[in-house]
Amino acid sequence: MERVPVLNLGDVLLVSIQIDLSDDIALRLQDDLAERIVATGARGVIIDITALDIVDSFVGRTLSTIAGISRVLDATTVVVGMRPAVAITLVELGLSLSGVATALNVELGLQRLRQALSDGTAAPAPSRDLVR
Amino acid sequence: MTVTRPGPTDGEGGEGGEVLAIASDHDVVRVRQAVRSAAVGANLSLVDQTKVITAASELARNTLTHGGGGHAWLCEVSNGRRTGVRVEFVDRGPGIADLAEALMDGFTTGTGLGLGLSGARRLVDEFEIDSVPGEGTRVTVVKWSR
Repeated sequence: MERVPVLNLGDVLLVSIQIDLSDDIALRLQDDLAERIVATGARGVIIDITALDIVDSFVGRTLSTIAGISRVLDATTVVVGMRPAVAITLVELGLSLSGVATALNVELGLQRLRQALSDGTAAPAPSRDLVR
Repeated sequence: MTVTRPGPTDGEGGEGGEVLAIASDHDVVRVRQAVRSAAVGANLSLVDQTKVITAASELARNTLTHGGGGHAWLCEVSNGRRTGVRVEFVDRGPGIADLAEALMDGFTTGTGLGLGLSGARRLVDEFEIDSVPGEGTRVTVVKWSR
Protein backbone atom coordinates (compact mmCIF):
# COMPACT_ATOMS: atom_id res chain seq x y z
CA MET A 1 0.00 0.00 0.00
CA GLU A 2 1.18 3.50 -0.74
CA ARG A 3 2.11 5.73 2.17
CA VAL A 4 2.06 9.46 2.65
CA PRO A 5 5.58 10.54 3.70
CA VAL A 6 5.98 12.40 6.99
CA LEU A 7 8.96 14.77 7.16
CA ASN A 8 10.73 16.01 10.27
CA LEU A 9 11.36 19.76 10.41
CA GLY A 10 12.79 20.49 13.86
CA ASP A 11 9.89 20.06 16.26
CA VAL A 12 7.36 20.07 13.44
CA LEU A 13 6.16 17.18 11.32
CA LEU A 14 5.36 18.14 7.75
CA VAL A 15 2.99 16.09 5.65
CA SER A 16 2.40 16.97 2.03
CA ILE A 17 -0.31 14.83 0.51
CA GLN A 18 0.60 14.33 -3.13
CA ILE A 19 -1.52 11.32 -4.00
CA ASP A 20 -5.20 10.69 -4.46
CA LEU A 21 -6.08 9.52 -0.95
CA SER A 22 -7.90 6.25 -0.62
CA ASP A 23 -9.58 5.60 2.71
CA ASP A 24 -7.01 3.04 3.80
CA ILE A 25 -4.09 5.35 3.01
CA ALA A 26 -5.79 8.16 4.95
CA LEU A 27 -6.22 5.88 7.98
CA ARG A 28 -2.62 4.76 7.73
CA LEU A 29 -1.48 8.40 7.74
CA GLN A 30 -3.51 8.92 10.91
CA ASP A 31 -1.71 6.00 12.62
CA ASP A 32 1.72 6.97 11.26
CA LEU A 33 1.35 10.53 12.54
CA ALA A 34 0.37 9.43 16.04
CA GLU A 35 3.45 7.23 16.21
CA ARG A 36 5.75 9.88 14.80
CA ILE A 37 4.51 12.55 17.20
CA VAL A 38 5.33 10.34 20.15
CA ALA A 39 8.62 9.09 18.68
CA THR A 40 9.93 12.57 17.83
CA GLY A 41 8.25 14.65 20.51
CA ALA A 42 6.97 16.95 17.78
CA ARG A 43 4.95 19.93 18.98
CA GLY A 44 3.32 20.73 15.68
CA VAL A 45 1.96 19.02 12.58
CA ILE A 46 1.44 20.72 9.25
CA ILE A 47 -0.68 18.92 6.69
CA ASP A 48 -0.42 20.41 3.23
CA ILE A 49 -3.44 19.56 1.07
CA THR A 50 -2.57 21.86 -1.85
CA ALA A 51 -2.51 18.88 -4.20
CA LEU A 52 -5.84 17.45 -3.08
CA ASP A 53 -8.57 18.27 -5.56
CA ILE A 54 -11.30 16.99 -3.29
CA VAL A 55 -11.83 16.52 0.43
CA ASP A 56 -14.82 14.29 1.01
CA SER A 57 -16.42 13.40 4.33
CA PHE A 58 -13.98 10.59 5.00
CA VAL A 59 -10.86 12.67 4.44
CA GLY A 60 -12.44 15.58 6.32
CA ARG A 61 -13.19 13.36 9.27
CA THR A 62 -9.67 11.94 9.14
CA LEU A 63 -8.22 15.46 9.30
CA SER A 64 -10.40 16.21 12.35
CA THR A 65 -9.32 12.97 13.99
CA ILE A 66 -5.65 13.67 13.32
CA ALA A 67 -6.05 17.11 14.91
CA GLY A 68 -7.72 15.49 17.92
CA ILE A 69 -5.09 12.81 18.32
CA SER A 70 -2.25 15.34 18.07
CA ARG A 71 -3.95 17.53 20.64
CA VAL A 72 -3.99 14.79 23.24
CA LEU A 73 -0.37 14.05 22.35
CA ASP A 74 0.51 17.71 23.06
CA ALA A 75 0.96 18.77 19.45
CA THR A 76 -0.94 21.28 17.35
CA THR A 77 -2.15 20.49 13.83
CA VAL A 78 -2.59 23.06 11.10
CA VAL A 79 -4.08 22.09 7.73
CA VAL A 80 -2.78 24.30 4.94
CA GLY A 81 -3.32 24.90 1.24
CA MET A 82 -6.98 24.12 0.83
CA ARG A 83 -8.15 25.05 -2.67
CA PRO A 84 -11.07 27.47 -2.96
CA ALA A 85 -13.24 24.95 -4.81
CA VAL A 86 -12.53 22.39 -2.10
CA ALA A 87 -13.55 24.85 0.63
CA ILE A 88 -16.80 25.67 -1.18
CA THR A 89 -17.60 21.99 -1.68
CA LEU A 90 -16.78 21.04 1.91
CA VAL A 91 -19.13 23.64 3.32
CA GLU A 92 -21.90 22.64 0.94
CA LEU A 93 -21.35 19.00 1.80
CA GLY A 94 -22.06 20.01 5.38
CA LEU A 95 -18.68 19.22 6.81
CA SER A 96 -17.29 21.25 9.64
CA LEU A 97 -13.62 20.60 10.17
CA SER A 98 -14.23 20.99 13.85
CA GLY A 99 -11.13 21.51 15.91
CA VAL A 100 -8.92 21.82 12.85
CA ALA A 101 -6.81 24.95 12.57
CA THR A 102 -6.12 26.05 9.01
CA ALA A 103 -3.80 28.45 7.22
CA LEU A 104 -3.53 29.41 3.58
CA ASN A 105 -0.05 28.03 3.01
CA VAL A 106 2.86 26.25 4.69
CA GLU A 107 4.60 29.50 5.63
CA LEU A 108 1.51 30.91 7.37
CA GLY A 109 0.90 27.55 8.96
CA LEU A 110 4.40 27.54 10.46
CA GLN A 111 3.85 31.07 11.75
CA ARG A 112 0.67 29.94 13.40
CA LEU A 113 2.40 27.02 15.04
CA ARG A 114 5.24 29.25 16.31
CA GLN A 115 2.70 31.62 17.80
CA ALA A 116 0.77 28.82 19.46
CA LEU A 117 3.95 27.33 20.89
CA SER A 118 5.35 30.63 22.20
CA ASP A 119 2.00 31.44 23.79
CA GLY A 120 2.54 28.23 25.69
CA THR A 121 -0.83 26.91 24.70
CA ALA A 122 -0.58 23.67 22.85
CA ALA A 123 -3.74 23.96 20.82
CA PRO A 124 -4.94 27.35 19.61
CA ALA A 125 -8.59 27.96 19.08
CA PRO A 126 -8.99 27.38 15.35
CA SER A 127 -9.60 30.78 13.85
CA ARG A 128 -10.32 29.63 10.35
CA ASP A 129 -12.52 26.73 11.29
CA LEU A 130 -14.89 26.38 8.37
CA VAL A 131 -18.38 25.85 9.67
CA ARG A 132 -19.90 25.61 13.07
CA MET B 1 -32.62 14.94 -20.79
CA THR B 2 -31.11 12.53 -23.23
CA VAL B 3 -28.29 10.19 -22.59
CA THR B 4 -25.88 10.64 -25.46
CA ARG B 5 -25.16 6.97 -25.82
CA PRO B 6 -27.14 3.91 -24.86
CA GLY B 7 -25.99 2.46 -21.60
CA PRO B 8 -26.04 -0.77 -19.75
CA THR B 9 -29.04 -2.03 -17.92
CA ASP B 10 -28.83 -2.99 -14.31
CA GLY B 11 -25.55 -4.64 -13.52
CA GLU B 12 -24.46 -5.39 -17.04
CA GLY B 13 -21.64 -3.90 -19.02
CA GLY B 14 -22.71 -1.87 -22.01
CA GLU B 15 -21.37 0.06 -24.93
CA GLY B 16 -22.30 3.53 -23.66
CA GLY B 17 -20.28 5.38 -21.12
CA GLU B 18 -18.03 3.60 -18.74
CA VAL B 19 -18.81 0.94 -16.16
CA LEU B 20 -16.50 0.78 -13.16
CA ALA B 21 -16.55 -1.96 -10.57
CA ILE B 22 -16.58 -0.86 -6.94
CA ALA B 23 -15.08 -3.55 -4.78
CA SER B 24 -12.29 -1.85 -2.83
CA ASP B 25 -11.03 1.48 -1.48
CA HIS B 26 -8.90 1.76 -4.56
CA ASP B 27 -11.94 1.44 -6.81
CA VAL B 28 -13.46 4.46 -5.05
CA VAL B 29 -10.37 6.42 -6.10
CA ARG B 30 -10.72 5.11 -9.67
CA VAL B 31 -14.35 6.24 -9.79
CA ARG B 32 -13.29 9.72 -8.65
CA GLN B 33 -10.63 9.87 -11.36
CA ALA B 34 -13.04 8.75 -14.07
CA VAL B 35 -15.68 11.27 -12.94
CA ARG B 36 -13.02 13.98 -12.99
CA SER B 37 -12.17 13.24 -16.64
CA ALA B 38 -15.83 13.16 -17.60
CA ALA B 39 -16.50 16.44 -15.76
CA VAL B 40 -13.64 18.12 -17.59
CA GLY B 41 -14.95 16.68 -20.86
CA ALA B 42 -18.43 18.06 -20.15
CA ASN B 43 -17.01 21.55 -19.60
CA LEU B 44 -17.96 21.82 -15.96
CA SER B 45 -16.41 24.70 -14.05
CA LEU B 46 -13.69 23.90 -11.54
CA VAL B 47 -16.10 24.28 -8.61
CA ASP B 48 -18.71 22.08 -10.29
CA GLN B 49 -16.07 19.48 -11.13
CA THR B 50 -15.04 19.45 -7.49
CA LYS B 51 -18.64 19.10 -6.35
CA VAL B 52 -19.50 16.19 -8.62
CA ILE B 53 -16.24 14.37 -7.88
CA THR B 54 -16.87 14.78 -4.16
CA ALA B 55 -20.47 13.56 -4.50
CA ALA B 56 -19.25 10.56 -6.52
CA SER B 57 -16.70 9.78 -3.85
CA GLU B 58 -19.38 9.73 -1.14
CA LEU B 59 -21.71 7.58 -3.22
CA ALA B 60 -19.02 5.15 -4.33
CA ARG B 61 -18.04 4.69 -0.70
CA ASN B 62 -21.69 4.00 0.18
CA THR B 63 -21.84 1.41 -2.59
CA LEU B 64 -18.77 -0.25 -1.10
CA THR B 65 -19.47 -0.05 2.61
CA HIS B 66 -23.27 -0.29 2.75
CA GLY B 67 -23.99 -2.10 -0.49
CA GLY B 68 -21.15 -4.57 -0.19
CA GLY B 69 -19.74 -3.40 -3.52
CA GLY B 70 -21.32 -2.87 -6.89
CA HIS B 71 -20.59 -0.66 -9.86
CA ALA B 72 -20.77 2.87 -11.16
CA TRP B 73 -21.97 3.68 -14.64
CA LEU B 74 -20.61 6.97 -15.85
CA CYS B 75 -21.60 8.86 -18.99
CA GLU B 76 -21.70 12.31 -20.45
CA VAL B 77 -25.17 13.68 -21.12
CA SER B 78 -26.65 16.56 -23.04
CA ASN B 79 -30.01 18.26 -23.06
CA GLY B 80 -29.34 20.17 -26.27
CA ARG B 81 -28.33 23.29 -24.41
CA ARG B 82 -25.96 22.08 -21.76
CA THR B 83 -23.63 19.18 -21.25
CA GLY B 84 -23.25 17.29 -18.05
CA VAL B 85 -22.08 14.20 -16.26
CA ARG B 86 -24.36 11.43 -15.13
CA VAL B 87 -23.27 8.75 -12.70
CA GLU B 88 -25.32 5.81 -11.54
CA PHE B 89 -24.28 3.76 -8.53
CA VAL B 90 -25.74 0.29 -8.24
CA ASP B 91 -25.37 -2.30 -5.54
CA ARG B 92 -27.17 -5.48 -4.58
CA GLY B 93 -26.78 -4.93 -0.88
CA PRO B 94 -29.38 -4.89 1.87
CA GLY B 95 -31.12 -1.79 0.53
CA ILE B 96 -32.48 1.09 2.55
CA ALA B 97 -35.74 0.60 4.43
CA ASP B 98 -36.48 4.24 5.14
CA LEU B 99 -35.23 6.52 2.36
CA ALA B 100 -36.47 9.73 3.95
CA GLU B 101 -34.55 8.95 7.09
CA ALA B 102 -31.43 7.94 5.16
CA LEU B 103 -31.45 11.27 3.34
CA MET B 104 -31.41 13.32 6.53
CA ASP B 105 -28.21 15.04 7.61
CA GLY B 106 -26.57 13.09 10.36
CA PHE B 107 -28.36 9.84 9.72
CA THR B 108 -25.82 7.08 10.00
CA THR B 109 -25.81 3.34 10.44
CA GLY B 110 -22.89 3.67 12.75
CA THR B 111 -19.48 4.38 11.33
CA GLY B 112 -19.66 7.55 9.28
CA LEU B 113 -20.72 11.13 9.74
CA GLY B 114 -24.07 10.62 8.07
CA LEU B 115 -23.27 13.16 5.39
CA GLY B 116 -22.81 10.79 2.48
CA LEU B 117 -26.25 10.72 0.92
CA SER B 118 -27.59 14.06 2.10
CA GLY B 119 -24.32 15.84 1.36
CA ALA B 120 -23.98 14.26 -2.08
CA ARG B 121 -27.52 15.36 -2.92
CA ARG B 122 -26.65 18.98 -2.14
CA LEU B 123 -23.64 18.87 -4.46
CA VAL B 124 -25.43 17.80 -7.64
CA ASP B 125 -28.24 19.14 -9.84
CA GLU B 126 -30.27 15.95 -10.11
CA PHE B 127 -30.48 13.19 -7.58
CA GLU B 128 -32.53 10.04 -7.75
CA ILE B 129 -32.56 7.10 -5.41
CA ASP B 130 -34.28 3.74 -5.66
CA SER B 131 -33.89 1.14 -3.04
CA VAL B 132 -35.58 -2.14 -2.35
CA PRO B 133 -34.83 -3.77 0.99
CA GLY B 134 -33.13 -7.08 0.38
CA GLU B 135 -32.44 -6.27 -3.27
CA GLY B 136 -30.19 -3.28 -3.47
CA THR B 137 -29.87 0.40 -4.09
CA ARG B 138 -29.46 2.58 -7.14
CA VAL B 139 -28.47 6.23 -6.86
CA THR B 140 -28.28 8.41 -9.97
CA VAL B 141 -26.81 11.90 -10.01
CA VAL B 142 -26.38 14.49 -12.76
CA LYS B 143 -24.32 17.65 -12.72
CA TRP B 144 -24.80 20.11 -15.59
CA SER B 145 -22.45 22.71 -16.98
CA ARG B 146 -23.60 26.30 -16.31
